[in-house]
Amino acid sequence: MSRLLSGFDSLLRGIGHRLVDQFWRLGSAARFFAYTLIYSGESLRRPNLVIREIYFTGVLSLIIIIVSAFFVGMVLGLQGYNTLQKYGSSEAIGVLVALSLVRELGPVVTALLFAGRAGTAITAQIGLMKATEQLSAMEMMAVSPIARVVAPRFWAGVISMPLLASLFSMIGILGGYLVAVPIIGVDGGAFWSQMQASVDFREDVMNGFIKSCVFGVACAMIALFEGYDAPPTADGVSRATTRTVVNSSLAVLGLDFVMTSFMIS
Amino acid sequence: MDRTKIDLWVGIFAALGIAALLGLAMKVGNLTSSNLGETYTVSAYFQNVGGLKPRAPVKSAGVVVGRVDSIQFDSVTYEARVNLKLDKRYPFPKDTFANIYTAGLLGEQYIGLEAGGDEEFLKENDKILQTQDAIVLEKMISQFLYSKASESSESNE
Amino acid sequence: MTDNIVEIDNLSFGYGGRMLHKGINMSFPRGKVVAIMGGSGSGKTTLLRLIGGQLKPVDGEVRVDGTVVHEQGRRELQKLRRKMGMLFQMGALFTDLSVYENVAFPMREHTSLPESMIRDLVMMKLNAVGLRGARDLMPTELSGGMARRVALARAVALDPAIIMYDEPFAGLDPISMGVICNLIRRLNDALGATSIVVTHDVREAFSFVDYVYFVADGMVAAEGTPDELSKSTLPFVHQFVHGEVDGPVPFHYPAPDYRGDMLRGHDV
Repeated sequence: MSRLLSGFDSLLRGIGHRLVDQFWRLGSAARFFAYTLIYSGESLRRPNLVIREIYFTGVLSLIIIIVSAFFVGMVLGLQGYNTLQKYGSSEAIGVLVALSLVRELGPVVTALLFAGRAGTAITAQIGLMKATEQLSAMEMMAVSPIARVVAPRFWAGVISMPLLASLFSMIGILGGYLVAVPIIGVDGGAFWSQMQASVDFREDVMNGFIKSCVFGVACAMIALFEGYDAPPTADGVSRATTRTVVNSSLAVLGLDFVMTSFMIS
Repeated sequence: MDRTKIDLWVGIFAALGIAALLGLAMKVGNLTSSNLGETYTVSAYFQNVGGLKPRAPVKSAGVVVGRVDSIQFDSVTYEARVNLKLDKRYPFPKDTFANIYTAGLLGEQYIGLEAGGDEEFLKENDKILQTQDAIVLEKMISQFLYSKASESSESNE
Repeated sequence: MTDNIVEIDNLSFGYGGRMLHKGINMSFPRGKVVAIMGGSGSGKTTLLRLIGGQLKPVDGEVRVDGTVVHEQGRRELQKLRRKMGMLFQMGALFTDLSVYENVAFPMREHTSLPESMIRDLVMMKLNAVGLRGARDLMPTELSGGMARRVALARAVALDPAIIMYDEPFAGLDPISMGVICNLIRRLNDALGATSIVVTHDVREAFSFVDYVYFVADGMVAAEGTPDELSKSTLPFVHQFVHGEVDGPVPFHYPAPDYRGDMLRGHDV
């Protein structure tokens, strides 16, 4: 009995510790975010630093974004046609493809791919820079690592994400078009005109754009913080990389729900 | 990787992204058609607007001539006040008739304008006097049943 | 006393409850090369971080050029750090920049010199460490000794008044070690700087430094010139200098009685 009690006790203790740890981490993440914003002025005055990072986060993610967008669009076209033609409204396929991409799939899938492609790279890079004392060395050279290393990567992520998401939606729609019009034989005019009649610029396109901006902030911040916070060991960096993917995905899906519920009401 | 090459790629990337966004705005979204250019606002009162929503189209002879700007409840008349933004290019006579229609059986609701014969035209902040409410399905069905019932009771006598 | 560029006064520091330093006093005279020696884990590297202001002492203070390091704000601290150069244990070169860009980094960050002048300065620094020919290589293409030398060129890029070396000999072959010893001495004298070398390589250090501090148990256990210390009869110094396995510095980490530990066996 006493053994059971002590087991229960240590379990509670463990949960408590973890909870406190999580709050502690959340606090330091908030502080890290605040510092990044404070130091942003310094690094935005040197656009070359940001451009270089846009290359690594945005340009190098282009291929995966374009290819996945194309496939996602084609699948939407096939599935959508299959369902819609049962109700005799296969012309509405343009609406279906465009709305699902612009509102949800474009921003969300882009953010998930971004977390996997660019987020992990950022985390691993910063974690290793920390492990090999590069960040310390920078500090000792009177250069703030947050201004020199973190802030440019943050802004590169924030700028790249909406561009990638827009590209994803556009290419996805083209993929859907390819399946629906030349392959299945839906009328091309109906495809575009129905789409234009029901996709609203402010309600759909702009809201999707806002979503992807928020996802950009979240993904970049999580990747940077996990890297910066990683224990300076091989094990620590690999765990941090995993956490980047897990936390970014959860954050993106959670934020998506919150934003969608605000946007729809 | 030298700097000019990076700059070039980032430039291409930014151009692609912006082009995609513009494409979404122009080709996919209805930015072009929802921009009415210069507009004038008129209001119309309805007993019941049904499922009409802000930004719903205002059509005349099937052509979009404006959009619903806002819908409010008037606590004096207990009616719904619907503000319409109409394109300046299309003036309507004072005795224009405003109906709430449904596109298809269960589709979106929109406002249809039928021009009257008045010499004077509607001006900014004018009120459309003749309106017809949205058709509420339940009401229609109950009316139909009621009339059927009264018909059958008449024939019984 | 003003001739000491760095002074450590009754310094205490620790993580959590465990104290790493318990009242350390040291002074580093201008123009000298001073070594801080001690066993692994005796907090030598931490001392350098305290001097650089990356850590705050629990008690006592570090003065650099008369100013108390931990009382400085961000801006003042940055100003102070520009007087310092530090060579990190594994070099800590920026792996995404070439050798040339690594050495140019502090110049680009802190000066607005034209590119031509930066080029000249970088070439001079690289020439001083004998690696002018390696300027276009990436850090991953360098050997350990070369990386250390590039890092040294970077540390002295802005002609600092204080150069700190964290284990400059760790993991180097004897030839590279000799090269680094030579470089530390030469750069120190050429720049008129003060060097602080943290190391546990007795033989290498004794060959070129002016003064040595021994740190043990969070305190200065012994100090003096290399000559004095070689002849020292203090048991700790004797053990360290001659590399004996057991002595005042025990072979065993503090543990309960061995016999008792083994017998306790299963009821842990």
